Amino acid sequence: MQENGETQATEAIPSREELEWMYSIMLLAKAGDERAAAEAREGRLQAALYPVRGLEGVCAALGVAMQANDQMISSYRNLGDALSRGIPLRTIIAEAYGRLGGTSKGKGGTMHLTDNERGLVTTTGVVGSGLPMAVGLGLAAQLDGADRAIVVTFGDGSTSIGSAHEAFNLAALWNLPVVFVCQNNQWGEHTPLSSYAANPNLAERVASYGMASEQVDGFDPMATWRTLDRALAKARSGGGPSFVECLTYRLTGHSGLSDYSYVPEAELAAALERDPAPNMRRWLESSGLVDAGRLAEIEAEVEATADEAFAFAQESPPPHPDELTDDVYASGEGIPFR
Amino acid sequence: MSEEQTEKMTIVAALNSALDVALGLDERVIMMGEDIADPIGGVMKATKGLSTKYGEDRVRATPIVEQTIVGSAVGAAMGGYRPVAEIMFMDFLCQAMDQIINHAAKSRFMSGGHTTVPLVVRAMVGSSNFGAQHSQALEAWFMHTPGLKVVMPSNPYDTKGLLLSSIFDDDPVIFIENMAMSYSVPGMVPTGDYRIPLGEAAVLQEGEDVTVITYGAEVHTVMAAAESLVDEMSVEVIDLRTLVPLDLTTCLESVTKTRRAIVVHGSTQFCGPGAEIATLITDELFGALDVPVARLGGTYTPIAFAKELESLPTEDKVVAALRELVERPSVARQR
Ligand SMILES: Cc1ncc(C[n+]2csc(CCOP(=O)(O)OP(=O)(O)O)c2C)c(N)n1
Ligand SMILES: [Mg+2]
Repeated sequence: MQENGETQATEAIPSREELEWMYSIMLLAKAGDERAAAEAREGRLQAALYPVRGLEGVCAALGVAMQANDQMISSYRNLGDALSRGIPLRTIIAEAYGRLGGTSKGKGGTMHLTDNERGLVTTTGVVGSGLPMAVGLGLAAQLDGADRAIVVTFGDGSTSIGSAHEAFNLAALWNLPVVFVCQNNQWGEHTPLSSYAANPNLAERVASYGMASEQVDGFDPMATWRTLDRALAKARSGGGPSFVECLTYRLTGHSGLSDYSYVPEAELAAALERDPAPNMRRWLESSGLVDAGRLAEIEAEVEATADEAFAFAQESPPPHPDELTDDVYASGEGIPFR
Repeated sequence: MSEEQTEKMTIVAALNSALDVALGLDERVIMMGEDIADPIGGVMKATKGLSTKYGEDRVRATPIVEQTIVGSAVGAAMGGYRPVAEIMFMDFLCQAMDQIINHAAKSRFMSGGHTTVPLVVRAMVGSSNFGAQHSQALEAWFMHTPGLKVVMPSNPYDTKGLLLSSIFDDDPVIFIENMAMSYSVPGMVPTGDYRIPLGEAAVLQEGEDVTVITYGAEVHTVMAAAESLVDEMSVEVIDLRTLVPLDLTTCLESVTKTRRAIVVHGSTQFCGPGAEIATLITDELFGALDVPVARLGGTYTPIAFAKELESLPTEDKVVAALRELVERPSVARQR
């Protein structure tokens, strides 16, 4: 898909069902973010989500490129990643309300979604800390002789963290099946990439570790899907790790309630032109892949799913106070004494 | 600059005022941290205006590099500066532990006294609103590390006076703030320079029946509990203000009088500061106590996101603990 919404006829694209699903999770991420922010503003949620806006195409591409047995580690900006693993929005939102129906029984909260069955192994609130763990998951897959790949998603700012670089080196040294997916939205909270990195070309920096490393237009879900698909196939077949820098832009504040008046207007306006979901819609329709009627149907389904998810979450009971001491240790007993 | 001129300040404003005074007094005071430069001036706005006033050479925004924020502060301190490093959430001090524990804390000792690391690391206890990785109170780790000083103020006046003392102290200081108090407990604060010595507790309220020893955000929980028990018992409340050095003298004087004491804090009770403080009191006053020194700290769990799963001492828990403590028959009398 080019900037004008065209894709080269010769280039591979996912199946029609997959394309529809991609479009729907892009919309669902946006709907979830927006509703959560509104709920937080009303004081009904203790914290807003960290919006995915701008990254939806990357998340959707991951959803199709990753296989069922692949595993993922994500961050606090995890809604799109979680949806890409097929995790129902209702359990994600229930977690945001701190309810028993959430992915982590309300104990983790918005930053800590877990769904091992669907391969979302952990999501971390500590910037950059997912990368070393992805090395370990990659090691486990390699030792198992399994054909699964590991994806770790993280922001551009996370590449400042020292242990990220330790992880790049180790993954390359041990030839591990890890795909490092950098969701470069050009910002780490209030600081733009250009003012925190002397060399802002992250893929170039990582290439020096001796692993495949490339930039891709993260606003282009098809190009992103092709790149990730290749990197994942390579990882699964013993070809080693890759770093994929998905270039996008943060279309909102850092969190759903944050002020972002500091973002230069012209930059934001240019990025909004590339807003992935509407562009994908235009392309799906103009290329004849999905007709207007079906697109409208998907949009209505997304709204219904979002409504249902919030209703489910609000009705889900809170954890009983006694559950505080559960899940600290395997035995479930009230440690530290026996 | 005189102590007479005061202004109503939040804790964040008091931090800002202390940093402003320090930067103005001594050009060797420098700051580093994520997003601390203007226009944002820190995610909690504690450094707002300072990079504009003193220059980005001295008030430096860094990438997300906790280990090197603290490490470079250690190095700059060795190089003759008085750095103040800002780490947003205390949980992220984990990233910088090597620099704090293996270097900042021990350099004087390992060098036979030749090296001085006059460093302040500011960090804040977060909130369960953000889950288990943004809410820990980890002061016990630092108390357990010889070479560090540990400061945990509860109000704007102490915040400013203690921060200024910390900055001009020749030892590394871990200065711990609390997100919940950042804007919620305003108080009158001198606009100029004043210092509160490290290691002097404050007796916030005198009482006869029981002593509560606490610090940081729990001071407010304890004061509210004491207020609600005013018809039932007379509570003496001690705000330690600094944990290292620890003002044991003030604690012992108080407990000698009341013969009953409890230590209340937000960090995990097991192996928490209360364990040490209770033991120190018992060591000195064993025969004079009516009942063993009690503790009320966080449950032995990570901090949960759901509000129903409360691990910290709440006002209700403090009230219950105080009633139990005061109603307990005296061990001394049983003997
Ligand atoms: C180790 C650590 N330091 C600081 C923070 C506070 N923090 C949360 S998100 C963030 C910005 C991260 O930027 P980036 O990695 O680009 O991810 P984005 O939020 O843009 O997706 C910061 C500094 C943190 N969570 N963890
Ligand atoms: Mg970013």
